[in-house]
Amino acid sequence: MRTVPIPVGYVPLVDAAPLIAAQEMGFAAAEGIALDLHRSPSWSALRDALSVGQVAAAHMLAPIPVANALGLGGGSVGFEAVSVLSVNGTMIGISDALAERLDAAGHDYDFADAGAAGRALIAAAPKPLRIGVPFPFAMHAELVFYWLSALGLPSPQSLTVRTLPPPLMADAMRAGEIDAFCVGEPWASQAVFEKVATLLLPGAAIWSFAPEKVLAMRTGWAESEPDLSARLIRAVWRAGQWLEDDDARSLAAELLSRPQYLGVGADLIERAMKGHFTIRASGEERSVARFVVFHEGVAHFPWRSQAAWIGSQLAGRMGLDRAGAAQKAARIFRSDLHRAALAPLGVNLPAASARVEGALAGDSPSAGARGPLRLGRNRFFDGGLFDPEIH
Amino acid sequence: MTASLTIVVVEPDPARARLIVDALREAGDFDIHVVAERAALARQIALHNPDVVLVDVADPSRDILEELALASAPLDRPVALFVDRSDEGLSTAAIEAGLSAYVVDGLTQARVKPVLDAAIARFHMVQRMRTELAETKRALEERKVIDRAKGLLIRARGITEEEAYALLRRTAMDKNRRIADVAEALVTASDLLK
Repeated sequence: MRTVPIPVGYVPLVDAAPLIAAQEMGFAAAEGIALDLHRSPSWSALRDALSVGQVAAAHMLAPIPVANALGLGGGSVGFEAVSVLSVNGTMIGISDALAERLDAAGHDYDFADAGAAGRALIAAAPKPLRIGVPFPFAMHAELVFYWLSALGLPSPQSLTVRTLPPPLMADAMRAGEIDAFCVGEPWASQAVFEKVATLLLPGAAIWSFAPEKVLAMRTGWAESEPDLSARLIRAVWRAGQWLEDDDARSLAAELLSRPQYLGVGADLIERAMKGHFTIRASGEERSVARFVVFHEGVAHFPWRSQAAWIGSQLAGRMGLDRAGAAQKAARIFRSDLHRAALAPLGVNLPAASARVEGALAGDSPSAGARGPLRLGRNRFFDGGLFDPEIH
Repeated sequence: MTASLTIVVVEPDPARARLIVDALREAGDFDIHVVAERAALARQIALHNPDVVLVDVADPSRDILEELALASAPLDRPVALFVDRSDEGLSTAAIEAGLSAYVVDGLTQARVKPVLDAAIARFHMVQRMRTELAETKRALEERKVIDRAKGLLIRARGITEEEAYALLRRTAMDKNRRIADVAEALVTASDLLK
């Protein structure tokens, strides 16, 4: 079989693992494709590369395709998400000055208690709290805004939000430009490693099943290249499945640490892969189950309701109609294309393509298209429910 | 006669910045400012209130500009992403050259085009220089490794330098690999055995 090269873009982050593993571990080759991986220095550069067709598919923050569909931001070309590449994986860190105040107030850094962490942060934070996020349209921002707003600090209006590229987050903290950040790994751990930050809370404690990165394509590309796009979806699905194995994650940390990919130490990458974190320079540790998920609990499935939640949140803070935005957003997560691509593998997928987000207090059995299926815990820390009406 | 355009070039490297500024000056009468400090980006842009911002696509601070472009403050005027509103050929050319441009809303294509044409040409040159530099560095690194491998062979097998090189080359051909890769493997293995 002739191997067809597909140019695919990514930003150097732990959750680019499914794309890097698909290429390096032969899952792409098994589908008769080769991923020509392009590392992008910024999300805007990657979005533009996808817009003009420099890459055919991209690792992308889940809110970017949604923002494009709502006419927000700089992208004029429509994108759609054909798979979720990863669920969760963000980390909130605070400056050492702020950590001292939290310590004095007796905060215990319980990584499962978003309410306690948020209340402690709000009580100790300067006004306004200056927080760094990697992009204006990112789950990092949406999770922080949801969390602090639910705890009585209306966000983003009460915050000073700074956009900072992940590799510069530690520098900004050291320079005293921000009090806190929410960023993807390994960049939060890097800031701890550089002794400029203390980890406060994983994003997963705010929403236990937050779609973090998607596999994005230009609108219409998947339908004009049904065979190639399906092969890519399958290769990435296989890589995600492989990545759920504990040993595979150690190996993936080694792969990702190579200079052409992330170029940071494998031990730092492994913290996120295994969910074992050093939270401050003193060496104190915390573990997070499912810090980042690639496959388990059908994490790869692009639920239309996930896109609707993002659309509704973006609309809420940009002054747009929430219900209309949720409708528009839901069309961007192409669960239909995902299903069609995985059909030849006989994968059991959810019977429905939308659900009530936040309604699963624990891992739950559910109806799959080919029999019973196990879905991952899906809960907002405040017990909130999001029930979009998707037509 | 309209006032000359104000252009901000975001470029930390002074030599590269000069190349770009020179090209822009040749292209027309513009008010050009170079911002080298990422930390000062927002303040500098607010200060100059530019019509056009040019930035290397490889610069991670692009996402900071993206935020500035979205927000009404600190810019008084809405700034659109250049790729957003120009003809596709020109934006593709810019991206291929490694150039990102932000252009204030309402500027006509005719006024912006000379700026972008000049910048695109110069960015191509800068990119070529960068590739050449990387290639030169790599070649130097490889030569160092090959020298070390030759030294190991000379000592271990008591052969001449010429014979050591011939041995490396023959092995590379047999294994269908590059000489530098064979040399690298030998050096790594010998480090392990120390």
